[in-house]
Amino acid sequence: MIKAILIFNNHGKPRLIRFYQYFAEDMQQQIIRETFHLVSKRDDNVCNFLEGGSLIGGSDYKLIYRHYATLYFVFCVDSSESELGILDLIQVFVETLDKCFENVCELDLIFHMDKVHYILQEVVMGGMVLETNMNEIVAQVEVQNRMEKSEVSLFLDR
Amino acid sequence: MALKIVKGSIDRMFDKNLQDLVRGIRNHKEDEAKYISTCIDEIKQELKQDNIAVKANAVCKLTYLQMLGYDVSWAAFNIVEVMSSSKFTYKRIGYLAASQCFHESTDVIMLTTNQIRKDLSSPNQYDTGVALTGLSCFVTPDLARDLANDIMTLMSHTKPYIRKKAVLIMYKVFLKYPESLRPAFPRLKEKLEDPDPGVQSAAVNVICELARRNPKNYLSLAPLFFKLMTSSTNNWVLIKIIKLFGALTPLEPRLGKKLIEPLTNLIHRKIHIFSSHKMLCSQSHLIVSLSRIAVLISLSSGMPNHSASIQVMKYLGLLAMSKILKTHPKSVQSHKDLILQCLDDKDESIRLRALDLLYGMVSKKNLMEIVKKLMLHVDKAEGTTYRDELLTKIIDICSQSNYQYITNFEWYISILVELTRLEGTRHGHLIASQMLDVAIRVRAIRVFAVAQMATLLDNAHLLTGNMQRMGICEVLYAAAWICGEFSEHLENPMQTLEAMLRPKVATLPGHIQAVYVQNAAKLFATVLKNQEGNTDSTAAQETSQLMIDRLPLFVQSANLEVQERASCILQLVKYIQKLQQKDVEVAEEVCALFAGELNPVAPKAQKKVPVPEGLDLDAWINEPPSESESEDEQPKAIFAKEEPKHSRPRHTEVDEKELARRREARKQEQANNPFYIKASPSSQKAYQEAPGVEHIPVVQIDLSVPLKVPGLPMSDQYVKLEEERRQKERADKKKKEKKKRKEKRSGRGRKHDSGPESEEDITPAHMVDIVTEEMPEVHRSCLNITMNLKGNARTNMISAKGAVSSYVVSGGIFLPVKSSKHKKKKQKKEKEEKEKKKKKKHHHHHHHSDGGGEESVQNGTVEEEEPLPVSVYDIQGNLQDGSQVVVSVIFENKCDSFLKSMEFNVLDSLNSKLQRPEGSGPHDGLTVPFQLPPGVSNEARFVFTVQSIVMPQKLKGTLTFIVKNEDSSTHEKLDFKLHFTCTSYLITTPCYSDAFAKLLESGDLKCSSVRLEGVIMPFHHLLARICFHHHFSVVERIDSCASMYSRSIQGHHVCLLVKTSGQTVSIDAKCDEPTLLGNVLDEIKQTFSQC
Repeated sequence: MIKAILIFNNHGKPRLIRFYQYFAEDMQQQIIRETFHLVSKRDDNVCNFLEGGSLIGGSDYKLIYRHYATLYFVFCVDSSESELGILDLIQVFVETLDKCFENVCELDLIFHMDKVHYILQEVVMGGMVLETNMNEIVAQVEVQNRMEKSEVSLFLDR
Repeated sequence: MALKIVKGSIDRMFDKNLQDLVRGIRNHKEDEAKYISTCIDEIKQELKQDNIAVKANAVCKLTYLQMLGYDVSWAAFNIVEVMSSSKFTYKRIGYLAASQCFHESTDVIMLTTNQIRKDLSSPNQYDTGVALTGLSCFVTPDLARDLANDIMTLMSHTKPYIRKKAVLIMYKVFLKYPESLRPAFPRLKEKLEDPDPGVQSAAVNVICELARRNPKNYLSLAPLFFKLMTSSTNNWVLIKIIKLFGALTPLEPRLGKKLIEPLTNLIHRKIHIFSSHKMLCSQSHLIVSLSRIAVLISLSSGMPNHSASIQVMKYLGLLAMSKILKTHPKSVQSHKDLILQCLDDKDESIRLRALDLLYGMVSKKNLMEIVKKLMLHVDKAEGTTYRDELLTKIIDICSQSNYQYITNFEWYISILVELTRLEGTRHGHLIASQMLDVAIRVRAIRVFAVAQMATLLDNAHLLTGNMQRMGICEVLYAAAWICGEFSEHLENPMQTLEAMLRPKVATLPGHIQAVYVQNAAKLFATVLKNQEGNTDSTAAQETSQLMIDRLPLFVQSANLEVQERASCILQLVKYIQKLQQKDVEVAEEVCALFAGELNPVAPKAQKKVPVPEGLDLDAWINEPPSESESEDEQPKAIFAKEEPKHSRPRHTEVDEKELARRREARKQEQANNPFYIKASPSSQKAYQEAPGVEHIPVVQIDLSVPLKVPGLPMSDQYVKLEEERRQKERADKKKKEKKKRKEKRSGRGRKHDSGPESEEDITPAHMVDIVTEEMPEVHRSCLNITMNLKGNARTNMISAKGAVSSYVVSGGIFLPVKSSKHKKKKQKKEKEEKEKKKKKKHHHHHHHSDGGGEESVQNGTVEEEEPLPVSVYDIQGNLQDGSQVVVSVIFENKCDSFLKSMEFNVLDSLNSKLQRPEGSGPHDGLTVPFQLPPGVSNEARFVFTVQSIVMPQKLKGTLTFIVKNEDSSTHEKLDFKLHFTCTSYLITTPCYSDAFAKLLESGDLKCSSVRLEGVIMPFHHLLARICFHHHFSVVERIDSCASMYSRSIQGHHVCLLVKTSGQTVSIDAKCDEPTLLGNVLDEIKQTFSQC
């Protein structure tokens, strides 16, 4: 199971948070801060896995992260997930974002947090991996976007 | 015109959407909080409007604010409103917000049930999809229960997009509403073979998660997964399946062998899956993959400038090794150098992993070397977490399995002492406990340890000088204790005594001071003893004076323990001084205070002490307190026999005057009591003037760089020494061997090869007292009892060869009534005999059956006529269906012929019917699905439908079978009876005491009771027996009283209160069905009358 997905930038500002287990808001913020603290002090050429930290709560949980330009993508998972599998998944997710936003950059995530969520929902559902095929993900996202557009235009035309 | 108005309002409504909000926040960097609070006010306004578009926009903004850490639960109702919009766009916003901020205690979730149900059945697949996604994040037990069916239908939706989501969410539903698992499972299994790979992957995913919790139940799916593994190309599915097999192989060893081939193929195909492969650690083929991993690591360490992916491989390799280490330590040990290299890695994650591995790699030979390396790392390490981790690992490695690998304890003590020089570690107490443990258990090391500890005490200022290092001062606790306890080994006890009485000691934590005081007294005794031997008596008196001078410092301590010990010892020393002034020799008597050696005691050693004869630990020494006094201790007096006794609250009338008088008295008392802090300022002043501890000038030595303490040993030197010692030993051995060889020159040549020394050759320099932990006696006896019972049951079954017996075992009954042809009389006799012997030890049974065997041999041809004993060994209710009972029968062939075409038939009664396959008549027998070669037994299960379960009953049945010899075959018949006791309808169900109490209070239950006389067995045996034979579980046990609970398959609650006094056991019982209760009690009574 994936316990949480966090995206924050090089300064620790959250860009997307998705907890699959309930935490109160202040706890969520603390987890973000702590995770950022752990991840940010690591070099780019070390491995992508981290153990420890309060969110992880015990030896069963791990942080698996990737650092892209200004953003950190951190997945907190338990031992039922394969480390390499999740690394791959992060890559799939980022590539999907890249396709959907056309050359995604941090600004896209800042201003379209909702859209990023909708894309993520097609990849991970309730902490379990839903789809790993990028084309399938992109196709589903696009259909839904078209539906949204048609509804809005319908509304405005009236 | 109308259009214009609408458009205008739209413009106004949308004056701030999500993007504007984000932009706004970015533009107000200085007063972000203020800006956001105005935004929240706006949002509140927007939420009040009727227009759903405005509301949705507001909710969308709230979702963003939630990410920034603002609590938006106040808008939960509005979120539900937006969720229920008919437009996909808004619905999606609503569900997103809900999934971000709803949780189990959000009360509006109750309102969503119908809306979600509507969305789930929406014709638009994306409405359904959005609802499923949202639900997966906030599903509650209630929602799971209400919607389980709807989701189950969606699992066979026409669109794969919905199917895969429905399959995935089922896992969440199972978690919240476990009852749904059973009905949904067949469909889930079906989805493993879904044509769509996404759905397939989802199903694999769910089953893997389920199997992680309870792998046993999913063993049956192994062939299916096996097929998937060889056919699937989806990496995700493969990884999950391999993980699943990792969980299954420990349960089914044969699986591992089967997996070797496909797995190696896989590894060849895609090397990167190997990381999951580590899970299959039970098989020897792993060595193959292990070497592969090792190659990977070595490869990666060979290419320094290759990016992070190499690091990833290294990490995973180490992780895999740690899994393998548990089962194949040898194969990992061969990669020791590689792992040691990883300790130097720049990546902390990798270093920590490598550290984990070290634990399993040490041997007597390399321990010193490895620890030396670790000590180097300790010096180099930056960051306290890593250093602390190193420290604990060093101690773990050295102390594992009773210091198995330590050959030289002087070395270990010096390592510990070196570790005390670490700055800011939290593990002072760990080091301290190691020091104590070693000093106590390794006798030979005490002289050395005491010397080291004395130096530590002498240099205590180095440990306590810096406030950051408070963690390490725990070590002084151990040091002081060791010096005191083994003071006879001290070279200069006087100096140590002085060190322990330094004023600076008062800054240490209280519990350490207490140990200081106590051990100063021990040292004092030793010093006195030494000094009284001399002619000069002034020295002894000076020592006493020193104590008297210094101890008052501790008497003033804020810590009670220190205060108490110090004042006690101070008085003692004063008295000694008096005696000394009269020239009385006191040393002997003072030493007697601390005479006797403290031996290490295993935590459970008490159990080994035999109970003296004639001592009954359970008997009351005094009369038990009367019930009214100990009402609280009673296990809830809800049973009818015990009328609850209410002590009436006393209302005493107290008038104002009396109250005032009392208040005055209390004030007086407080004023006189030194422990109350008084309000008067004078006392404060007095305190300041008193020469307190705080006013003793203390020079703080602030050393940021740890000094090398003079006289402290360097552990390195021991490595050398050890090497020398071993060499010497080896030389000695060689000499001996030479001698031997000389003696046996004419003998058979060299037996011993003096090649490289092996593990066993290294003899430890010191011996450890090994204190093994005994398994608690009580538990063992419990275990024995159940074992015996089981044993009895089994022998009964097996030995009852064609004979007649009606013994009842845990609801199971064995009743072959008569064998086909002759010997009726004999069997009757046998029956009686058996019943007599029923409860005797089980070799009797063996004997008995042996006798039976002989008989049949004597009878020669008769033998085949009764070759097959039937043993019903268990009757179990089926919880799922209140009217079904499963009877498991073990058939054992005891003759030399082959048995086949067995048919099992039971004469149905009105109440109970054997379930027969459709289409067969009510008198047809059931074919037993196996044949029995000679000497083989097998189990068959038969399902019975039972109407009423309140009465026990017996069913008559016959078993027909064909006995096939080499030359002939005969048809045989065996009659038997099935005894359905009421107990067999009970199912052990755990019950919490509060639920139990509620149940009893509900008043729906009828009660009844039974009294057993002359039961001679410990109470816990009695309980175990009831639990075992009658399927009860203990809810609560207090002394000789216990409450027990069980449930029938039709949901009747049965509660027992068992009490014992002497040989009488009284059982009060309650049940909602009086007949059932009566029968169960009868059966319990029967069980105990048989023993």
